[in-house]
Order: sequence, then structure tokens, then C-alpha cells
Amino acid sequence: MISRKPFYTVVALLFLAGLALSLYRHFVFEVPWLPGEQRQVWSIEAKVEFEATGKPVKASLAIPGTQPGFTLLNEAAASPGYGLSFLERNGGTRAEWTIRQASGPQELYYRVNMMADPHAESPTPVAVPEIAPHTDQEPYATAIHQVLSRALERSSDGFSLTRELIRELGSQQQNAALLAQYRPKPRLLVEMLNRAGIAARVVKGLTLEDGRRRQPLVDLLQVFDDGRVEVVDPATGEPGQIENMLLWERHSSPVLDLVGGVNSRVTFSMIRQQQPVAVALEQKFEDSNLLNFSIHSLPLEEQALFKGILLIPIGVLVVVLMRVLVGLKTSGTFMPVLIAMAFIQTSLVTGLIGFLLIVSMGLVIRSWLSHLNLLLVARISAVIIMVIGIISLFSVLAFKLGLTEGLKITFFPMIILSWTIERMSLLWEEEGAKEVLSQGGGSLLVAVLAYLAMNNDLIRHLTFNFLGLQLTVMAAVLLLGNYTGYRLLELRRFQPLARED
Amino acid sequence: MALWSLPKFTRPRVLSSKGIMGMNRRNIDYISRYNPRRLYPLVDDKLQTKRIALASGVTVPDLIGTIRQQHQVRHLAEMVSEWPGFCIKPAQGSGGKGITVIVRHDREYYTKPSGVQETIDDLERHVSNILAGLYSLGGKQDVALIEALINFDDSFEGYSFEGVPDTRVIVFKGFPVMAMMRLSTDASDGKANLHQGAVGVGIDIGTGRAIRAVQFDQPVEHHPDTGRRLSELQVPDWETLLRLSASCYEMSGLGYLGTDMVMDKLRGPMLLELNARPGLAIQTANGTGLLPRLRQIEALNSSRMSVEQRVAYAREHFSIPVTAATPTAASAG
Ligand SMILES: Nc1ncnc2c1ncn2[C@@H]1O[C@H](COP(=O)(O)OP(=O)(O)O)[C@@H](O)[C@H]1O
Ligand SMILES: [Mg+2]
Repeated sequence: MISRKPFYTVVALLFLAGLALSLYRHFVFEVPWLPGEQRQVWSIEAKVEFEATGKPVKASLAIPGTQPGFTLLNEAAASPGYGLSFLERNGGTRAEWTIRQASGPQELYYRVNMMADPHAESPTPVAVPEIAPHTDQEPYATAIHQVLSRALERSSDGFSLTRELIRELGSQQQNAALLAQYRPKPRLLVEMLNRAGIAARVVKGLTLEDGRRRQPLVDLLQVFDDGRVEVVDPATGEPGQIENMLLWERHSSPVLDLVGGVNSRVTFSMIRQQQPVAVALEQKFEDSNLLNFSIHSLPLEEQALFKGILLIPIGVLVVVLMRVLVGLKTSGTFMPVLIAMAFIQTSLVTGLIGFLLIVSMGLVIRSWLSHLNLLLVARISAVIIMVIGIISLFSVLAFKLGLTEGLKITFFPMIILSWTIERMSLLWEEEGAKEVLSQGGGSLLVAVLAYLAMNNDLIRHLTFNFLGLQLTVMAAVLLLGNYTGYRLLELRRFQPLARED
Repeated sequence: MALWSLPKFTRPRVLSSKGIMGMNRRNIDYISRYNPRRLYPLVDDKLQTKRIALASGVTVPDLIGTIRQQHQVRHLAEMVSEWPGFCIKPAQGSGGKGITVIVRHDREYYTKPSGVQETIDDLERHVSNILAGLYSLGGKQDVALIEALINFDDSFEGYSFEGVPDTRVIVFKGFPVMAMMRLSTDASDGKANLHQGAVGVGIDIGTGRAIRAVQFDQPVEHHPDTGRRLSELQVPDWETLLRLSASCYEMSGLGYLGTDMVMDKLRGPMLLELNARPGLAIQTANGTGLLPRLRQIEALNSSRMSVEQRVAYAREHFSIPVTAATPTAASAG
């Protein structure tokens, strides 16, 4: 007896490979297991307004990038007459508008779509700012020293120091009032941290709220210590990701740099949208193609084609199940899959009615053809032409009657239909109507089951997004091909034998 | 609710305890294991089967001629004119498809077993269809065989309606393990294929006597058309028939084989055709499962046994006592 070991090894390998690929897709590319999951996408618009002075204008706006919590999906800028470029500066990106000559009020727009994304990372590590030496005059120097030394006593690292500094400024009222005249609080905190040897900078954040207009940027602290970076709200001192807070500028640059204009102002408005995960992820991984081995990297048209192709193994699996485990007879092994694919195009009820109409009408005409004593090839060809005739007839009829659903009948694969009619009609002549009903019914039943499986949202989602599943289906088919147990219908067929004694 | 609690279903455990073989097991454990694919053409093409049968001295019905090409079709009448009865069949057909039996003719009307008369035009059209591949697997072009009519043995009078009964013997590694007689009925139109409605009668391997009978997988007592009691059936010349079947193993090289044997009035047992994928209804007809017998043979070292030894072994081991009143003649022959 041949050893079955290699076989089971192959099956296990296929199964594991399929599983691993799917897990990889799920965890690395965040493809959810279930369809219909939505992601929040923020559309944020920055509006730059200023008075141009009639000279050449150069307006450079800091723009956000992918960062912890948010993935940049796409961006666009609009402003008639201006030249636009995106530049790298200090590790951050800036949008730069230029025009030879402009005067009067100007409006420049920049729009970005940001997806809320717990897995997002900054593409480049954030550069640690230098620690600048600071010298302060009295009485500020003393006040700073008092606050700092108290805070230093109670802290262990840069982040706890920040927290304690903010707390001290809250409790040492006098010093706080004094220092408030000296420096704005975020600047002051950065300088104090620098004195303690901790790198920090002020960054600009935008609080995201659905439907907000003219939202201002807020100052936040970015504290660097021990290889870590934390964003700290100077008001509370709590470190960590602040919910719905997008860092707009985080490279120690001004938000807006304007030459040739006065009275400038940047305001932000935003809306929140829900987008299906697939669309959002597609944009996210648009250019990381190397490991992103998925159908999503194909052009849209090919994707649509593949969506159908990837479902075929599911239909095939249904056929194998029905034949091997249940024991249903079908006319033509995989004809039900093709019928099921046609049903997907036509919708089930229309498809079933159409199929039955065409086949039964075909059988009637075919029975007449059989009197003509034709050669097989000629007869099949005649049946094909006849099927096309029937389909056209039904389409026109449906259209005239205003049943636009009926037009979908053209989705049926005609050659397949013709062979079905030919087979059924032979079956009828040779084995009688009963066998036609049993095999035709079996095929149709399997087709409907295959349709239900293939048209299922979850299965569509899984097959399309997890190519690894194809390997798992393969493993299942191989296993089924090795099943030596009874078929369901055999339990009935051999029932007279069990009744004995 | 388990499915087998339904009245018409049984439990898998009951079937396996009785050694009933299912389709999946037949395909995987027997056909694909014991029947090399390359040998299939020998049995799937009746012409080749005839050739190897003649070469190894196995009796087969006479071949009147073959029609291979469309232009030869018009020679049909002249080909059969001297033969009282004949049978037209596709060389690569199966399951009785495309078989037309003509029991007599007066060169104008050709009479089928049912009494229906056909003209030579009808027959020529039938042959054209065979050539075009209408009845063969996958619609391949085929050859039409014209075979002499088998005159069935008188001892089967009343057991078969309008057709030749044939005896299916499952031959496993050269051992006849189970046998069944197939009797044509009105429903099966002169052909003895079970799914077309022929009656299957389980035949005891030891004695050649009927065990029980089924039609469409359900037990029957009497022939539905002639009314004859089926339990009285006894196949004559049983030993010869078994040896003929058993020798088909060496002849074809197939380990799991269905041999279709017929009893000709004048020439005795003959091989009608071989089948590399014999059906499972034989178990229902015998009221017993194939698996215990197959396993018994698998456990046996049989490579050096002669045809006679194998038949003797089978008759001794695979015989079942029919009733207490009729004791089995286990070693008769
Ligand atoms: N030469 C013949 N004379 C009379 N009947 C025949 C003849 N050949 C075949 N038959 C009938 O047709 C049936 C099927 O023939 P067979 O050769 O076994 O073809 P198949 O492969 O289609 O089963 C036989 O069981 C028998 O009843
Ligand atoms: Mg046969």
C-alpha cells in the first residue's frame, strides 16, 4: 500500500501556508476578517488668507504626514494662478505656492485626507532637536531655577519631569505669573527641559472635530528622552497620544512662511467620513507593493475580473462537496459552477426563471431537431444558434413588456446552455424524463448552492482579500478527494440492505 | 435531528458493519489502486476487448463487422443481410447507451425485442449518431460494432423480458467475488443495464443459484413483466462461467473488474464486455457487502494461484446459504 504520509504533508503544508498568508494579510496589512468594516477618514482643509502687496509672493505651509494614529491617504492643493510644489524641509514636508505678482486678498487651499489608523507609524524617524543653551535674566532666572529644581527632585526622566514642571507651574502661582510675562508656556517648558538636558520642541496640533470650521492649531510639547518621543499637552502634562489630535507641524518650523504678503492667517476646517476598509487600505498601501502581494495592486478593471475568478474555487468546492459527500448527480461536472456564475450576474430569481425558460424551450425545439437526422456537430451548432435565438427573443420580449430584469438573460453562457440542452435531450430520449429531472434538478440545486456560496458577502470579501485562502481551499479539495466514507445519498440507497435481519 | 433517523436513511455505522462499499471507497481504494489507467482503453473500447479476448481464447459473440466512417454506413443492410439477428453498439459506449438489438429482420423491417419495427434508414441514422460520438464519453468520434445476436439459453425462459440476460461477476485480483444476473424488463428495452430498469438477481458464487432480486435498488420477488419467481433461478454451467470471468484478470490486467457474461444457447458462456468501473448495485442484489470479501482476498497471497484454484477458493469461501431448506453445495461444479 502506498504511504499516505507525503499526501497529508502536502495537505498540511498547503493549509498552513494558506493560513499563514491570511494571518499575514490580517495583521500586517490590517485587512479585517469581516466585510463592511469602516475606517474613519478625516478630510481636513487648510485655508491660507493674506493681503498680497503687489510683489512676488511665496507662501510656504507646513503640512502633516503619516504619524502615529493617522495615515495620510491623499492630498491636494488649489489656488488659481499659483505655482505649487511640495518640498522637504527639516525632515517635514511643506506646500509652497508661488506667483510672480499678486495684490489684494488671496486665498490658498490645501486639502488632505487622513485615516484614523492605530497601526500608523511615521515613515521617517523624528529628528531629535538640539538642546540649545539658554541664559535668562533676573528675576526670571531665579524663578526658573526654583520651578526646575523642585520638579527635578520629584521626577525620574524627561517625561515625568515635564509633568512635574507643569504641576509646579500650577502650584507656584507667583513664579508662574512672573514667567507667563517672560515666555509663552510651551516655549518656557522647552527651555526649562533643555536646561535639564532633555530635548524637546513645540509642535502644532489640530484637534479634529467633525464639521468644525476655523479651528485653530494648538501648541503641544514633544519631549524626547531615552530614545522615546512623547507628545505632551502643556495644559495637563499627561503624555501619550491625545485622541483626535493630529500633529500638523512637528519639525520646529513655522506653520506659514509668507513673502510678499501681510495679515496672513491659516484656518482649518474638517469633516469626518466613513470609508470602507478596502478603499482606505488600498490608498494606504498604494506604494508599498513589494510585500503587498494582493489583487489590490492590479488596475481596477483587472481587479473586477479577478473578483469573479477568485470565486470559482469556492464554486468548485461546493460541487466537490455535493458530489463526494452528498452524492448528487450533475450533468457535466462543473456546469453548475458556470450556471452559478451566470446567476451572479442576473440575480437568482431572474437567473432561475431564465434558465428554466431557455432550457425547456430549447428541449422542445431540440426534440424536433432530432427528427432531422443531423450529424452531431451540425446539431450542436443548430442548438447554439437556437439558444441565441431564444435569448434574443426573450430579451426583446422582456424589454417590450418593460421587464428590464429580463434583459439580463444575455449573461448566460450560450455554449454551456447549448450543451446542457443537448445532454438533457439525449438523457430524455435514452433514460426518460425522470432522469432528466433528477440530473437537471441536481445540477440546478448544486448551481444554486454554489451561487449562494459565491454570492455571500463574507466569502467574496475573504476570497478577494486573502489570496492565501485559495491554498486552504486547495487543501480541502485534496482532502475530499481522499474521502472514502459513504455519501449521504448512499445512506438511503443502501438502506434496504441495512433493513435485513 | 440526525439524518438517519429519517425513515428512508440508515446510519453509516450500520453500512460499514455490513461491509457495504460506497462509491468513494470503490473509486479510491479499489479502482484507482488496482486498475492502471493505461489499461482502460482495453475495456472502454469493446473492439479492443474482443481482440484481447480472442487472443486469450475467451469466447465472445461473433463480430459481423465494424463501421468506422460515414460513407460505410450505407453498407449496413448488406452487412447484416445473412444474419438472422444482430446488435449495433458503440465501441466506446457504456451503460447500455446506443445499443440497438434486432432479433429478426426480413431485409425491410428490422424488429427490436419489444416488437417495434425499424427501417434500414432508422438503423443507418443510429449508426451515424454512433460515429459522431453521441453515445461515447466526451462526445469523441466512435466506431459502430455490429455483433451477432446472442440466443439466450432456454433455462432463462421467463426470467428475462425481450432481451438477453447477462451475468455480472466482480473479479478482484482474479477471484470471482460476487455475481449478479441482470434480467431485462419492459422498462429496460432489451438491455440488461440496471439503472435502465433491469432486474438484478444476486447469484450465489458457490452454487449459481439466485439469492434475492432488486429493481431500482428495491427488493422484488417476481419478474415485473413475466411474473416468474426469481428465487428459482439457477445459472447453468456455473463453473465454466466463473472460470471464464476469472481468466479475464490475466487477459486485461485489471485488478478490480466487472465482467459481463452471457449464456448462448449453442456456444455456452461468453464474455460480452469488461468494465473497469463496475457499479455497486450488485451488493443490494446480493444483500451483502463487497468489502469483507475484497479484504479477504487482499490478505491472501494469491499471486501463484491458477484460475481453477481461484474459482475453487471463491466457491468455497463466498457462498451463502440461501435458506435452511436448500443447503449450499459449496464445492459443486
Ligand atoms: N450481441 C447481442 N445480442 C443481444 N443482446 C445484446 C448483445 N450485445 C448486447 N446486448 C444487450 O445489451 C446490453 C448491454 O450491452 P453491453 O455490451 O454490456 O454494453 P454496455 O457497455 O453499454 O453495457 C447487454 O446486457 C445485453 O442485454
Ligand atoms: Mg454492460
